[in-house]
Amino acid sequence: MLGRLTWNAIPWSEPIPLITAGVIGLALASIIGLILWRGWLPYLWREWITSTDHKRIGVLYCGLALVMLVRGFSDAIMMRAQLALAANGAPGYLPPDHYNQIFSAHGTIMIFFVAMPFVVGLMNFAVPLQIGARDVAFPVLNAVSFWLTAAGVLLVNVSLVVGEFARTGWLAYPPLSETAFSPGVGVDYYLWSLQISGLGTLLSGINLVVTILKLRAPGMGYMRMPVFVWTALASNLLIVAAFPVLTATFAMLLLDRYCDFHFFTIGSGGNPMMYINLIWIWGHPEVYILILPGFGIFSEVIATFSGKPLFGYRSMVAATMVICVLSFMVWLHHFFTMGAGANVNAFFGVMTMVIAVPTGVKVFNWLFTMYGGSIRFEVPMLWAIGFIVTFVIGGATGVLLAIPPADFVLHNSLFLIAHFHNTAIGGVLFGAMAGYTYWFPKAFGFKLEERLGKAVFWCWLIGFYLAFMPLYVLGLMGATRRMQHYDNPDWQPLMILAFAGAVLILLGIALTALQLYVSIRTRDKRRDTTGDPWIGRTLEWSIPSPPPAWNFAVLPQVDALDAWWVEKQRRHDGTEAAAARPFVPFHLPRPNPTGFAAAFCAVVTGFALIWHIWWMALIGLAGLAAVGLRQAWQTDTEIEIEAEDVERFERAHLAGAAA
Amino acid sequence: MTSDPAHSNDPAAAIPRGARRYRGRWLTAAALPGLAGCHRTGVLDPQGPVARAETLILADATAIMLAVIVPVIGITLAFAFWYRRGNKHARRRPDFAYSGPVEMVVWSIPVLIVLFLGGIAWTSSHELDTAKPLKSDRPAINVEVVSLDWKWLFIYPDQGVATVNRLVVPAGTPIHLRLTSSGAMNSFLVPQLGSQIYTMAGMSTELNLLADKPGQYPGFSAQFSGDAFSDMRFTVDTVAPDRFAGWAAATRGRGKLLDLPAYRFLARPGRTGTGFYGAITPGLFDTIVADGTKWPCRSQLSDDPNTKGSARAC
Amino acid sequence: MSVAGTPIEEIPLSLRGPAPTRVLVGYGFWLFLLSDIIIFGVFFAAYAVLSGETAGGPTGPQLFDHGRVLIETACLLASSFTCGMMAIAADRRARAGTYFWAIVTMALGATFLSLELAEFAHMAAIGAVPQRSAFLSSFFTLVGTHGLHVTTGLLWLAVMLAQIATLGFSPAVQRRLLCFSLFWHALDIVWVGVFSIVYLGAH
Repeated sequence: MLGRLTWNAIPWSEPIPLITAGVIGLALASIIGLILWRGWLPYLWREWITSTDHKRIGVLYCGLALVMLVRGFSDAIMMRAQLALAANGAPGYLPPDHYNQIFSAHGTIMIFFVAMPFVVGLMNFAVPLQIGARDVAFPVLNAVSFWLTAAGVLLVNVSLVVGEFARTGWLAYPPLSETAFSPGVGVDYYLWSLQISGLGTLLSGINLVVTILKLRAPGMGYMRMPVFVWTALASNLLIVAAFPVLTATFAMLLLDRYCDFHFFTIGSGGNPMMYINLIWIWGHPEVYILILPGFGIFSEVIATFSGKPLFGYRSMVAATMVICVLSFMVWLHHFFTMGAGANVNAFFGVMTMVIAVPTGVKVFNWLFTMYGGSIRFEVPMLWAIGFIVTFVIGGATGVLLAIPPADFVLHNSLFLIAHFHNTAIGGVLFGAMAGYTYWFPKAFGFKLEERLGKAVFWCWLIGFYLAFMPLYVLGLMGATRRMQHYDNPDWQPLMILAFAGAVLILLGIALTALQLYVSIRTRDKRRDTTGDPWIGRTLEWSIPSPPPAWNFAVLPQVDALDAWWVEKQRRHDGTEAAAARPFVPFHLPRPNPTGFAAAFCAVVTGFALIWHIWWMALIGLAGLAAVGLRQAWQTDTEIEIEAEDVERFERAHLAGAAA
Repeated sequence: MTSDPAHSNDPAAAIPRGARRYRGRWLTAAALPGLAGCHRTGVLDPQGPVARAETLILADATAIMLAVIVPVIGITLAFAFWYRRGNKHARRRPDFAYSGPVEMVVWSIPVLIVLFLGGIAWTSSHELDTAKPLKSDRPAINVEVVSLDWKWLFIYPDQGVATVNRLVVPAGTPIHLRLTSSGAMNSFLVPQLGSQIYTMAGMSTELNLLADKPGQYPGFSAQFSGDAFSDMRFTVDTVAPDRFAGWAAATRGRGKLLDLPAYRFLARPGRTGTGFYGAITPGLFDTIVADGTKWPCRSQLSDDPNTKGSARAC
Repeated sequence: MSVAGTPIEEIPLSLRGPAPTRVLVGYGFWLFLLSDIIIFGVFFAAYAVLSGETAGGPTGPQLFDHGRVLIETACLLASSFTCGMMAIAADRRARAGTYFWAIVTMALGATFLSLELAEFAHMAAIGAVPQRSAFLSSFFTLVGTHGLHVTTGLLWLAVMLAQIATLGFSPAVQRRLLCFSLFWHALDIVWVGVFSIVYLGAH
């Protein structure tokens, strides 16, 4: 009746997941209770849950990422604590089967449910504003994408309390992930939640590519697009090209697991090496999907806070697109040690180094942007400087690992772990935090509290070095990854140091939460009344904070790079104030429950498939079809905005700004 | 022009000079205890020509990269400090957004470094190809390696013996390894001796190593393979060449026979200590490789409810 | 430096500002189709790697019936033609013509599917199931995924007929018919790949 689902699926005998689930359940219940009691549900439903506004959806993505950061980081600090304890025969406090789920969940959550949503959320929020558009190309699809990602998040979190998670690492290599070696539901939770959220990501990629290529304001040719838009374009092109590979590869593994196919089994002709190739053909572009928008954010931040245009715009654009293309040609460096032979290894080693060239060019261009500037050390700029220093170290260790014989001794060691955390934290996370701080006033109308912001930065920066520099050393000393215990007592001091670093990062995360709370409570002190709190250069700073639903009262006519900066110069010089163009009416998409409803059905379907409850899966699929059909017959999908409404808003805003 | 944000901060105070340089000190401070090291292990303590070559490449490449990143980090901090808004001595160049010569240099430096390191990558990949036999006066010892759940089996086809979790080899002699797995993927790694290689069921991979002098070197699996993965440790016992033959002779005839049924018994999921077999079936390794594609897997062999699965072939 | 007054044909496409909805939808759907083709690409790659792995079971030449494949191909190619005729009728807002050509397209698609299902059933009957070998797993997945897409297309076309009946030839319905045409033609292209690599390429 309920497939494989029994009461035993709940880990009654394991205190840690039970207590965690209890705490989360209590928190959720309190939040829902508060919402219902205060009567916020209609507002939330109308303005957030069914929103098709890219700004709201961007905020939802970033919020989801920050919440999942807590979950992913809890996994991390549990791992660090275990390794600080489990030296020289000591068992630690986490048994292997539990530890193995934790590191698998840590990687999966951090990549798919923290980094991806954070980056996609920032792109969602800022790209339409930077190109002078009213929304993305497909607003309803945008909502669907977000809610499918949230569906994946929900399934992964349900695995904590109903069943188990994968014990295979975050990429679930076969044969270990095949049924014969992982007969439980863990890998199925992993696969279905990622298939669902992966579909959301793919649709978001298509959405943003079409937005960037087809919805720019009049006059904004390609070489007048902000660099963040270029990096968003490259990142989303990579999403469209790479995520289908993930979908197809997971589909094959699912067929192996559910229908006894033989794609990656050991017997009957299956080929596990093929999985490794395919998954990394997705996996390497994935890391560029994450880092390129980070590069874009830093380009914006460094230029803005140096008070200068970005140095070498054309080079930056060229470097971005070169990275985009080359990212598909390096995947084998993730498994030099699988035995492909000298020629193949050498080719991919060289290609991996080639991709370091445009990255190096970008670093130099950022430095020359700072050169001759007048630098203001606002919080985003601190993140930028921390990023340059940190990412350069991570990139250098990447070049080391790109030499196949060096990789032969360091593959899968803690040196590798240190390298990719170096680039992921120093690049992606620092970029996301910079973007979060930079665009927060635009989204909400007030800045984040600065002193706490700086404290967060320093905690992350010092915490990162404390946590990961010891890992480089440990890797050189022969420590491998995914160890649950080790016998060399010399390693323990370094493990303890790493744990201390993790504690400092924990403080940083706690301060982030505190900063948000304090910023909201004292927001009147830091109101953004002009829309341009940082003296920005790009179009998003030309509209009020927060922007009206339609973003731009009149679509800007662009004729230069750094369009807002140029416009400000013109106003300052008194030259040719832009002739007041008339307000025209336009349409905006209505709020739409399709996204939320589709995700709800996806969760039902996913859960049912995981537990082999076939009738429930059919109901879920039928629900999806019903949601789709309802959407197809929706005719009243847009609100008409009259010119007078816009004019009234603009006059009120100008009055507020002058006050 | 729009006004500045409400609060004012002295930019110079925002990054205290001490703190900026302090960050660099943290880096070396964290690294030193390990490197100065009580017991040098792993990559920092190469005990064979393969490991030495690889450590040398690593050291050389690190030096080259440091020559790049130390100045870059220095320039970053220097520019950040010098061009801060409060510095009256700095010459501002608000329109400096392009320079042909700078672009030339900025593209050339990475290209040159990559050409150089790429050359190293190409040549060293060929020289240190795991399948390439090592040059030596002594003939190579053949060892056949099987990674099991969760232990290592070493078969010595020419000596007619086998060991578990302990690899005995003569010093100064090339070791030619053929490797496979009983099921999940693993990776054979002895950091002090050099390169690792994956072990995969149903096929064999090849590795050539050499240990210079007698000693005991830890080895393990570098590819996660399941619950008792952390226990998949073995020791490479390097002995003087004349003692190796003696050891093999002493082991032969003692202990059990390693044939296919005994292998399958050993392959059952679980941890083991060290052990040995005094006799082996000829051609057992090739049988094991072929068997890898047919033998039903972990889930059927285990009594552990966590790993018990349906009766499907792998 | 305003461009007011410049005739639109003289302004480069990239500078004209936001594109009309029909362009957005067509372009976006085309991108989606490209991503779908990448999924097929992965299945083609898997087939290429695994086509020799018959594990002692039946091989391609033993199983494939080129005559049937020829008829399937003819059906699919013809259905692309009829789909085009339907698009022309829809463009002219000719309801009868649209329905007629749509139903012919569906019939041809359904014929294709029934032939394919018969092939699968025959293979299953002689034990050539996907569980038998990696070759068969990859064959059934590649060809089956294409068949699933055809099935989805037929269902979609049926929904489109219902939409025309209830909503008429509204701009939204026209855009969706455009998307369907793109989809149906793309499936044809994929089929050309399938019969070339799988059926003709079997040796």
